[in-house]
Amino acid sequence: MKRRDFLKATAGGATAALCGAGIAEARENKPPLENAIGILYDATLCVGCKACVRACKEINGLPPTLMGEDVQYDASRGVSGTTYNVIKVYKNGTSEAKDKEIDGFSFAKKSCMHCVDPACVSGCPVSALTKNPVTGIVQYNADTCIGCRNCMVGCPFSIPQYEYHDAKGQIQKCLFCNQAGVERISQGLLPGCADVCPTGATLFGTRKELLAEAKKRLAAKPGETYIYPRGRASDELHTHEKDAPAYQQHIYGEHEVGGTQVMHIAGVPLNKLGMPELPDRSYASIAEGVQHTLYKGMIAPAIALAGLAYVVKRNTSNSDQDDPDGQNSRRPGPNNDRGEP
Amino acid sequence: MSEHQPVEGKILTLPFMFLGVLAAIGLYFLGVRFADGLGAVANINSGYPWGIWVVYDVVVGTALACGGYALAFVIYVFNKGKYHPLIRPAILASLFGYALGGFGAFFDMGRYWQFYNIAMPSNWNFNSVMLEVGLCVITYIFVLFIEFAPAVLERMGAKNMLRWLNKVLFFFIALGVLLPTMHQSSLGSLLIIMGAKVHPLWQSLQWQPLMALLTALTMGFSIVIFEASFAAVGFNRRPETPLLARLSKAIIALISVFLLVRVLELALNGKLGFAFAGDLAGNMFLLEMALFIFPLVVMLSRGNRDNGRLLLFAAVSLLFAGALYRFNAFLIAFNPGPGYSYFPSVPEIMVTVGIVAIEIMAYLVFVKKLPVLHSAEHA
Repeated sequence: MKRRDFLKATAGGATAALCGAGIAEARENKPPLENAIGILYDATLCVGCKACVRACKEINGLPPTLMGEDVQYDASRGVSGTTYNVIKVYKNGTSEAKDKEIDGFSFAKKSCMHCVDPACVSGCPVSALTKNPVTGIVQYNADTCIGCRNCMVGCPFSIPQYEYHDAKGQIQKCLFCNQAGVERISQGLLPGCADVCPTGATLFGTRKELLAEAKKRLAAKPGETYIYPRGRASDELHTHEKDAPAYQQHIYGEHEVGGTQVMHIAGVPLNKLGMPELPDRSYASIAEGVQHTLYKGMIAPAIALAGLAYVVKRNTSNSDQDDPDGQNSRRPGPNNDRGEP
Repeated sequence: MSEHQPVEGKILTLPFMFLGVLAAIGLYFLGVRFADGLGAVANINSGYPWGIWVVYDVVVGTALACGGYALAFVIYVFNKGKYHPLIRPAILASLFGYALGGFGAFFDMGRYWQFYNIAMPSNWNFNSVMLEVGLCVITYIFVLFIEFAPAVLERMGAKNMLRWLNKVLFFFIALGVLLPTMHQSSLGSLLIIMGAKVHPLWQSLQWQPLMALLTALTMGFSIVIFEASFAAVGFNRRPETPLLARLSKAIIALISVFLLVRVLELALNGKLGFAFAGDLAGNMFLLEMALFIFPLVVMLSRGNRDNGRLLLFAAVSLLFAGALYRFNAFLIAFNPGPGYSYFPSVPEIMVTVGIVAIEIMAYLVFVKKLPVLHSAEHA
């Protein structure tokens, strides 16, 4: 085999390998952790009191929102460097009926979904964002974060917030009230939002309990009496009775991008409440699949480097001997130089 | 006598001083960024966390700096020594492009004072495409320094060091081919995790690395043609048109493969309809395609390839095509959902303009003081 053919074959092989990544099967979605905790937000129970927004600010030491001279603890319009959780409202037409898509209104919640297979954790180069191996909380370590904001571009819900107006800003987001210094979950307490919610619209529990509860609610006939727990899904003491509404048959977060630990149900289609329509496959699984297929734990690049070093050495060493100054040694030999005019 | 020579001439020309003013304005706003935070200068926000500092300075800028990579591939891997006259200016331009891309990434970092964390193995997340990009770009900047070192050593007359360096240079040249292959493809892979925020016309998932790599190579070859043409005009030197004409054959092959993969991916996934939706994304896609196809048509004819001016037009079109492909994917057709918008602020643009001005100024100083451009009598 002539070297020229060998080179062509090598280049062809490299191209084929790269193309192969296109059809190679990426890894599966990560499964939910056995004891993953979560929140079920039921928009039909929410009365828009925003007690959760205020409690979140208080517990996490976040400053109030200033509206002119008014100091407001619940007026934030979106998540930000100083707001981890907001309640928003959906309105349509005359807005007369609660939880109706047409001529109705509904409340909506925006906060970190604590994805089962999070893009922010997958994309973070320095492991500043990690998933707690027991609770599944997506945690943040500002001491390693370099501020590249790959978590922000990767998050399908645009949740992580960088503090743009601080010369030494960091990423801010809901940490499930369990970050160092708060640690409510570790102490057996509820996260602030679920603790203060008067109707159980923000309900705490394990992801399994919450999923079972959500399925039960969706199965209830509209109008029949349903016993709603408050605070904790497993709490049988603190409950209230209410007629079941007409739920959309969709548990947002059961499957979206591999599932989330914060899940939403509502009477209005969830995509009308600010929740993007997303595929079941997590993008993290695709990205990691491509990356690990191409790199194979750095073995593939090492082999490629050895091959390249060999080829380059052959192509540059021809004129070393008769070049005492070494100035021409990078110049490939004329023999291999076809088609010179 | 080396086959490369400095271009003699004054450094402080009028264009040079104009560039200096632009650089000063850019540096001023950079100072504001460090004093008052990113938000004081740039319009980036929660929905658009990456603005032109990432997309132009890093994603497009390093692709424009792929001349050294593309030529190294041709000269040292495919053993086409006749392109050798072009390599030093290309390596120099790559060095500045990458160094400033790295600088851009640094001042865009929200926690830049902790940037060393990316070099600490205990922090590494091997699932992160960003980790691969970061480490690979940092390493490649050092490799480019070493690849360019012979020019500096020749000027200093450090013959012993030069001889020693030449013995090990093959290894760095090999790295100089491998590393850009890795991080230029990974720059495309960065788009995968953004999922549905990237418009379907640009979200090719598994195909992202291949498309990014192919366009980086076409941009690399095009910038070589661009720089060689301008050096010929600007410094009044003999044009290297015959050499450049041959390079266009490689470009034809690369664009053909790229267009084939691009269109097949869209067609097989039923996304071609988006191209003719008549909206901003669809129109930008059509413009991008036109910028790719025009040079292909020009270069397919031999007569056109030998025409220096047409070749330059084709190369410029390809540079715009590759840049637009990246801008579309990362910014113009990027949609984080309702309620977010982004357009760069004037100070933000001035920082990028200032950075480019510094790059050009440094290039001018280097080619005038160091043996970079190929000596006329050898050409």
